[in-house]
Amino acid sequence: MWLRFKRDRTGVICAWVVLGYFLIAALAPVIAKLYGKNPYTLYGQDPEYATDNPVLDDFGLPLGYFGGVTGEHWFGVEPQFGRDVFTMLLYGMRTSLYMALGVTTLLMVTGVLVGLVGGYFGGRTDYFLGRFTDFFLSFPQQLFFIAFMPVVTSFFVDPRDETPTYFRALAILIVLWLLGWMGMARLVRSTVLSLREREFVEAAKVAGASPWRIIRKEILPNVVSPILIQFTYLLPSTILSIAFLSFAGVGFVEPTPDWGRMFATGAKVAEQDPAFMFFPGVALVVFVLCFNLLGDSVRDALDPKSGR
Amino acid sequence: MKEDLVLPAPRESAAGGPGEPLLVAEGLTKHFPVKGGFPIRRTVGHVQAVDGIDLTVHSGESFGLVGESGCGKSTTGRLITRLLEPTGGKILYKGQDITHAKRKGLAPIRSEIQMIFQDPYSSLNPRQTVGKIISGPMEINGIDPAGGREKRVRELLEIVGLNPEHYNRFPHEFSGGQRQRIGVARALALEPKLIVADEPVSALDVSIQAQVVNLLQKVQKELGIAFLFIAHDLAVVRHFSQRVAVMYLGKVIEVGDRDSIYTRPRHPYTHALLSAVPEVTLTDEEGGTRERIRLAGDVPSPINPPSGCRFRTRCWKAQDKCASEVPPLVRIDGNRDGHLTACHFPEEPTIEARGQDVVLDPALAALEKPDKD
Repeated sequence: MWLRFKRDRTGVICAWVVLGYFLIAALAPVIAKLYGKNPYTLYGQDPEYATDNPVLDDFGLPLGYFGGVTGEHWFGVEPQFGRDVFTMLLYGMRTSLYMALGVTTLLMVTGVLVGLVGGYFGGRTDYFLGRFTDFFLSFPQQLFFIAFMPVVTSFFVDPRDETPTYFRALAILIVLWLLGWMGMARLVRSTVLSLREREFVEAAKVAGASPWRIIRKEILPNVVSPILIQFTYLLPSTILSIAFLSFAGVGFVEPTPDWGRMFATGAKVAEQDPAFMFFPGVALVVFVLCFNLLGDSVRDALDPKSGR
Repeated sequence: MKEDLVLPAPRESAAGGPGEPLLVAEGLTKHFPVKGGFPIRRTVGHVQAVDGIDLTVHSGESFGLVGESGCGKSTTGRLITRLLEPTGGKILYKGQDITHAKRKGLAPIRSEIQMIFQDPYSSLNPRQTVGKIISGPMEINGIDPAGGREKRVRELLEIVGLNPEHYNRFPHEFSGGQRQRIGVARALALEPKLIVADEPVSALDVSIQAQVVNLLQKVQKELGIAFLFIAHDLAVVRHFSQRVAVMYLGKVIEVGDRDSIYTRPRHPYTHALLSAVPEVTLTDEEGGTRERIRLAGDVPSPINPPSGCRFRTRCWKAQDKCASEVPPLVRIDGNRDGHLTACHFPEEPTIEARGQDVVLDPALAALEKPDKD
């Protein structure tokens, strides 16, 4: 399987790109330190900094070409506040990628568990779990993301207080998790349903294996590849969902750097400073594309009968 | 343990004469509920897959179970290995009632009753290596053979005629016949006393069938394992089994030793079944052709089987009595000991030419008429 994957050049390149993204995101503080900027300083309004190196003009737009790209600010500066885009992107990626990783892992675990149990035991268990899944599926997802975020937050935090950032992250996690696990559960269930009837499961039963052992040793290894493939498709879409939440104004708020929030700002200033959107946009497109291609390669590598 | 396996001299029980009864099924019944109705789903009927059959398998013997598709052979096998829960009747293993035993209660018996499956492509887990597949049952039952499980697996591979070097390969690297050998090795891993072989060769091509049957025969003779051999291929069963039972629509209609069934059958259905076996003879040879019996129609629905004798709807000898009385499975005059038949009007115990074909299908009969004249 590993050999098959290595033969796929697209897959290997994409794997390196994706790995690079995670590494850059993880090392964001280190890189920012070497680079000498941070995403919170308002370089345009900081009197000490702005007098020596003015970055914004009188209208709050970046000086210079292409959103103020200079040796000091590689990806330019943000209009109005003059924050450094490069560090914002680094920190934003860190927030988004690790949030997405957490959410996707949660989704997978829940979906796989529900799917395995429903598919293997069948009958009444499957019926109730199936209706439960349908119930959650019937929510209009995007609307509920937006509608539930304040609700979940107000459950735990007094509306008069300020919501701490870690709690916003937790709320995003909860909402995306509650409304996202169903696809996985259905996929796993259908795979398990067909596996359960196979004779090797009966062979294990004849040998006296417990249901738990059959699920673990006989069935789970056979659903690993669909799970893994689904994972590689789910992660980029979760990143997009998180970005969407921030874009819609219910995710992360100022001053937490976030990918989605950069697009929101970018959309606001698109007419005056179109270059601002460029770097986060390209970064996101490259990442999602690479992750999807990686997913395809993983699927090809995992299927022993694909004949390559 | 090793001596046990490669011992060429047959055990006493395998020498020929049946040993003590190993497995006894009494009135074994399996009805599958049929659900239907709206809006509330309820049971509207039962598929009477197996309806009160009696079987006895002696230790060390090979017992064949034949019948056409859908007559309940496989269900019987699954009931005996307890993959299915019987609706009624009793299964006694060495005198111990295992009819409704739970998984924990079955644990000590699990290693003694094993199964070989029909489809070698679905009976091996594609994600496990051969070594893991064969050692799985040992692991589950906590058996630690001397010299380790891996050594034992290599021995088993050798017994079934595979290269022990195949230990780390995956099932998809093998052909159908080799896969079935792996299945046999897995069944042997626990040193069972009884193996239920559910059409073990019907998914293989003919040249491989012979190899696998001979392997099973070797295993049966050398290790003294009793077999319940389920098949629809009469020739294979004749080759393999000492005793044979014929099933029709969930009932055993005739049971006896191999020679009685194949040369002195009494039940009309057995006659029909035997006459359907193609023969390689030239038609113009002296006395070459045997009469054929061609039955009309299909097997009746097991949801609503015919009253009385279940074969009566397709039997050319059926009379009123057949519809009202269920024929008991008894020894009929002229039968040998242990040859039981369930028929009110048994045929002559012969397979010699009858002189005329019995063609029950009117369409077929019409087709053949011009030929005859």
